[in-house]
Amino acid sequence: MVYVVGLLSLVFLVLAILVLTRLTSILKGVNAGDTTEEIERIGGTGNRVNAFLFIGFFVVGAIAVAWSFLHARQYFLPEASSPHGRHTDGLFWLVMAIITIAFVVTNALLFFFAYKYQYRKGHKATYYPENHKLELIWTVIPAVVMALLVFTGWRAWRDITSEAPENALNIEIVGRQFNWEMRYPGVDNNKLGNYNYKLIDANNVIGLDLEDEASFDDVTTSTEMHIPVNRPVLLKIRARDVLHSVFIPHMRVKMDAVPGMPTRFWFIADKTTDEMRNETGNPDFKYEIACTEVCGQGHFSMRTTLVVEDEESYNKWMAQQKPWLTKNPDYLARVPDKLKAKAAKYIPADAGAQAPSDSTAAPAEEGAGAAPSAALR
Amino acid sequence: MASVETNAAAAAHVEEHDHHEELSFIRKYIFSEDHKVIAKQYMFSGVFWAIIGASLSILFRLQLGFPNLNLEWLRPILGNWIDDSGKLDKEFYLALVTMHGTIMVFFVLTAGLSGTFSNFLIPLQVGARDMASGFLNMLSYWFFFLSSVIMFGSLFIETGPASGGWVIYPPLSALPQAMSGSGLGMSLWLISMALFIVSQLLGGINYITTVINLRTRGMSFSKMPLTIWAFLLTAVLGLISFPVLLSAALLLIFDRSMGTSFYLSEIYIGGEALPNVGGSPILFQHLFWFLGHPEVYIVLLPALGITSEIIATNSRKPIFGYRAMIASMIGIAFLAFIVWAHHMFVTGMNPFLGSIFMFLTLIIAVPSAVKAFNYITTLWRGNIVFTPAMLFSIGLVSFFISGGLTGIILGNSALDIQLHDTYFVVAHFHLVMGAASAFGFLAGVYHWFPKFFGRMMNKTLGYIHFWFTFVGIYLVFFPMHYIGIAGFPRRYYSFTSYEAFRTFGDLNMFVSIAAIFTFAAQFLFLWNFFYSIFRGRKAPQNPWRSNTLEWTTPVNPGHGNWPGEIPAVYRWPYDYSKPGANDDFIPQNVPYSQTPESNLPHENALIALEKEIEAQNYNDQFKQPH
Repeated sequence: MVYVVGLLSLVFLVLAILVLTRLTSILKGVNAGDTTEEIERIGGTGNRVNAFLFIGFFVVGAIAVAWSFLHARQYFLPEASSPHGRHTDGLFWLVMAIITIAFVVTNALLFFFAYKYQYRKGHKATYYPENHKLELIWTVIPAVVMALLVFTGWRAWRDITSEAPENALNIEIVGRQFNWEMRYPGVDNNKLGNYNYKLIDANNVIGLDLEDEASFDDVTTSTEMHIPVNRPVLLKIRARDVLHSVFIPHMRVKMDAVPGMPTRFWFIADKTTDEMRNETGNPDFKYEIACTEVCGQGHFSMRTTLVVEDEESYNKWMAQQKPWLTKNPDYLARVPDKLKAKAAKYIPADAGAQAPSDSTAAPAEEGAGAAPSAALR
Repeated sequence: MASVETNAAAAAHVEEHDHHEELSFIRKYIFSEDHKVIAKQYMFSGVFWAIIGASLSILFRLQLGFPNLNLEWLRPILGNWIDDSGKLDKEFYLALVTMHGTIMVFFVLTAGLSGTFSNFLIPLQVGARDMASGFLNMLSYWFFFLSSVIMFGSLFIETGPASGGWVIYPPLSALPQAMSGSGLGMSLWLISMALFIVSQLLGGINYITTVINLRTRGMSFSKMPLTIWAFLLTAVLGLISFPVLLSAALLLIFDRSMGTSFYLSEIYIGGEALPNVGGSPILFQHLFWFLGHPEVYIVLLPALGITSEIIATNSRKPIFGYRAMIASMIGIAFLAFIVWAHHMFVTGMNPFLGSIFMFLTLIIAVPSAVKAFNYITTLWRGNIVFTPAMLFSIGLVSFFISGGLTGIILGNSALDIQLHDTYFVVAHFHLVMGAASAFGFLAGVYHWFPKFFGRMMNKTLGYIHFWFTFVGIYLVFFPMHYIGIAGFPRRYYSFTSYEAFRTFGDLNMFVSIAAIFTFAAQFLFLWNFFYSIFRGRKAPQNPWRSNTLEWTTPVNPGHGNWPGEIPAVYRWPYDYSKPGANDDFIPQNVPYSQTPESNLPHENALIALEKEIEAQNYNDQFKQPH
């Protein structure tokens, strides 16, 4: 990278010096003939220098672009770890190749014509107001290329945004100022329980609704997200306060988290964290989750790590996690009476004895009236 | 030189209409109804805002390029926005980004560019005494001024200016609990923008009315310079889209102050659950981008119009494909309204809508490509004179191409997943919309400076300014694509929290240095600009030997622009280097009957119509009873 900076600075410096030296000489010439008619002076040295500089800019610029591109390349599009990511990466480089050709050709023509057809005294420009055939050709060619790009892009988009497979692991991820909260469906019923934002309090940070028995075994974490390799994962994305956006750079996953409107994104991770450590040669490699929708002063540091591991390790990790209810036995008071028996299973023996009877320890009832509001799964 | 003769003849039977009494200083220069004065007011305001907007960007570039730099020396200016460790406050960083965007998009490139050149050139190039309504025009400026004062004032309040990004997405912008800038700062932002929209609408109505109703004899739509076409379409875009922003802002004001739930739903913040349910933040995004996308073209089209004129004049060639240029501008203007949701591919909008908007977005590449090809072909076999204005116009075309091409990637929803809200987007729109439009403004100032102030700007300084700026802008925004492809998200205070974004620290430093250099180069322009207003060389009447009508006015056009009759128009504005003609340009007001040597066969037939054109009852306000 130091080389890139070095080279670009050099280019910069050379161009600056070039301009300055050439132009100081003209400056003298200009001052001398100040009174002559404007028209007499248009063919002067200034014109030639500018024409030359366009060519110079193009040549030096093209070298700088190629050089810096090759050196910065190692950091581009970090190694994709999902099949759809590799597919869009391929499309990206395809489109990039097409636009690079267009970029070079059009800029070359622009600067070359500027140089070649610079003012010459006594010369007359060609009166050439239109050419329908030419115009038709260069309308049709971009149109056809665009049509092809739209088609390939649309197919990829359709696949990425299709319904998640049946066997997908559902994980909820909730954005808040300024971290992510994750919720797993638990080991018993593989279903995420209802939630309601009015039930949120200091412990129940995502508003878990204990009137739904599916939520009893739900596991929450706010430190890192674990997912199994090679199994579809469906992220159910929510926001608690303002807009956030889930961004997992290596998975090519990005989707906004919107208060009041759950969104989703499914993907398959096909390289474990360990595999990536080998592949990148970085023993400390970690997948990361970032926020890409401005959400306040901590926006730049909403980092969570993502651990991709084989099914076995994942199951082992999952088995170690305690359901949220187990960690917060006080909330048994929120469970409707007819479900208390089912919920009791998740209450640890020592806490279970006192929790149901001790209603003062239970959370305040401010959320009780909110039950019917939109609590979608 | 036929044009000079006709003009001399017109000037001969002198100011017989000049029975207006001399206006007071205030009516003449401050609350003026003269379009030329109002244009200058817009120009000076635009330059002022550009300095402010660019300075803000330098401040946050310092943070991004040199994250460990001690900014204690800025405390005298920024006060407590420098925190105890001598670094920029994190929320103030977001405020800087927000205000930079707002100022540059609205106050510099919308008001500064359109306001200056639409006001100045529409009457001069269509051949009118003034705007259709001088009074509305004056109101338009003063609404803008009031809006500017409020926006400027918001920079100085204790809780800071609006900080949620220039797109002010709720709920962040609706809830003062979410960030301090969403308190009073946001209220001032909304009030200022509401006034700004009023100003834009008053201006837009005037531009459209003037172009439709006050064209001089013979100035049919097919003989109008492309600048005027661009200004007309820009005004139409603004007139349709700005009211939508106003409604979006009004609903946001209701949500903030009156407890409504248009954009708010199921929010728990600051330790309490808000009562709002049923609203949708996505609704705001739809409304915002319904303005926001046409806004890109509101900013860009005038610059393209100015470029068309300057490239034709200085290539000494007709613009290639005049009708194709108009058609593509109309196409762009139309498509501008149906591509807005490409800003929203990953907001949770229905993916099917994403497909539709991807298709529509990539269509817009076709008219854009046609425009770029036409500019290049106009240079082909020309006889190019590199005035500073011409350099900036060529630079604009280069930026338009380079920045526009990456739009093909971003408009593709599947590819947008990774690049959305990264520096790739920042690089893309700064090149295609920011830098290109700024170059349009600079090109316009260099080109029409003799008409504005009756003096010439220094050409050599203009050259140096161009090369430093052109190279500087590429050095800022080209590497920024690299940062974006590596996945760096925008609006990040620092990249140190992530391993994935640790690379490129030195490239960010390089970008910052290039930005500071480019900013510094603008002082060459400012010096040249202000010095030349007072001390520049006196301008000839038609310094660029151009065809359009503004150069038939006196060097310093007075009230009503033309001392005698308004010239009639007989030909299109691009008769440069016509075969057979003595000179390499034939102004629009030279009849075909005077140029038998260069007339094309179908033009000889038009000679018969000249009497008819001259006899037309034209819209000269000086001829009407008042």
